[in-house]
Amino acid sequence: MSRIETLLGEIHALDASAGQSTWLSRRDPRALVLATLAFILTVVSFHRYTVAALLPLALFPVVLAHLGNIPLRRIGSKLKIALPFALMIGMFNPLSDPLPRVEVLGHAISGGWLSLASILVRTILTVAAALILIACLGMPRLCAALDRLGMPRILTNQLLFMHRYLLLLASEMQSMNLARELRSNKPMGLRIYASLLGQLLLRVLERAQRIHQAMLSRGFTGLMPVIGRPLAWQRQDTVFLAICLVTFVWMRSADLSALLGHALMKVLA
Amino acid sequence: MSHHRVAARNLAYVYPDGHPALDGVNFEIGHGESVAVIGGNGAGKSTLLLHLNGVLRPTRGEVRIGDFPITPQNLAEIRRTVGTIFQDADDQLFMPSVFEDVAFGLAHQGLAADELAARVMQALETVGAAHLRDRPPYRLSGGEKRAVAIAGVLAMQPAILVMDEPSSGLDPRARRRLIQLLAGFDHTKIIATHDLDLVIDLCPRVLILHAGRIVADGTPDALFADRALLERCNLEMPLSQSRR
Repeated sequence: MSRIETLLGEIHALDASAGQSTWLSRRDPRALVLATLAFILTVVSFHRYTVAALLPLALFPVVLAHLGNIPLRRIGSKLKIALPFALMIGMFNPLSDPLPRVEVLGHAISGGWLSLASILVRTILTVAAALILIACLGMPRLCAALDRLGMPRILTNQLLFMHRYLLLLASEMQSMNLARELRSNKPMGLRIYASLLGQLLLRVLERAQRIHQAMLSRGFTGLMPVIGRPLAWQRQDTVFLAICLVTFVWMRSADLSALLGHALMKVLA
Repeated sequence: MSHHRVAARNLAYVYPDGHPALDGVNFEIGHGESVAVIGGNGAGKSTLLLHLNGVLRPTRGEVRIGDFPITPQNLAEIRRTVGTIFQDADDQLFMPSVFEDVAFGLAHQGLAADELAARVMQALETVGAAHLRDRPPYRLSGGEKRAVAIAGVLAMQPAILVMDEPSSGLDPRARRRLIQLLAGFDHTKIIATHDLDLVIDLCPRVLILHAGRIVADGTPDALFADRALLERCNLEMPLSQSRR
């Protein structure tokens, strides 16, 4: 349980880095959101056996992290959370798709292994891009951008509230579990697990009610106000977005890895 | 100004599960008074406070703020007049940054951006938290959270402050600072608390709530000397009093 808390704590720590002033953080958050979205769509649009052609796309998260002054190591440690899920999705592919597709150094590689590798590479690329987005903007500005881009405000509010209270709920879960552990040395059975979850639900509901009462007390009428500096789209934002889009289209249409490989072979020959 | 007055007449509230929390509460609190509401756990303190700004609607009886009873029509006006500070500051600090949180109530009043910013900073300075303006609330200490929660209510310039356990969870220094801060306010104050020493410092008048009724109304000196009364209401003589 404490692992969940450290994990959520790390996510909070991640968006705490959003406070720094870098060239990237001075961009309109909408430009960053749109670029990241385009990046994810590009990554997803490749054929399912593609591995090598995806690799040059790693340039985007690397450059972004550099511009935003975000250490790649911190992103890497969070990536580990997502990889097991990706593995779960792809782990039976080698069994269900055993036909050899390509040959590398004399070894035949089946389509299943290729698609598993492809899924892993895509996960790393997209999750890294999303994490860097959060680290650059922070949840509040990210939500402000999504709001301005037309996402229903009820959803952006949900995101903000979840971000605010997730850690609190995790620590409530942890203290309930600690109370259980102190009185029992047996591993948690399904029944106890179910009743802990039920307890948690009740606590969540109670807290939600108290928050709502606090909001009502300060004049809440059903719409969250937009406070803080307004978003301003500048020419630099257009340039940034345009460069990103052109690069993605280019990387999607031309197999850069193959081009590089051929060029290298020519030089060697 | 008459709208600083708070009165409850025959106020009763039964929770939806049938549990009666208030059972005929009567009191009248005048302009600028500081009144403590004390009582054991489950005596109905929090329930009573939630009636004072219309979050809960009485099952029977009424609450009057100034010269008017609370009705659905004047709720917005009532909530500008009565500022409520909740027991758990985390429940009250729900916006992404301290500044936005303090601005929350003002933004609902439709204030212009520059006036809003001025009022927010003024409130933050009053509680000594101006330097926290850009911090996310979940990174603050207990004392800072409480101060910011109070600023969020002060910014709306209420005439009446209603507080639920303002000193709970604070370390001794933060508690002392809070008491000094509250002592400097000339609002009408209604404070529900278990902290009887805070009552002695801040409130010349005390209401004791027991089983949903007011069983005593008097000065702290008189009530806190009555050991039998305190024991009957699951209370205890404050330390500073019992040493005398």
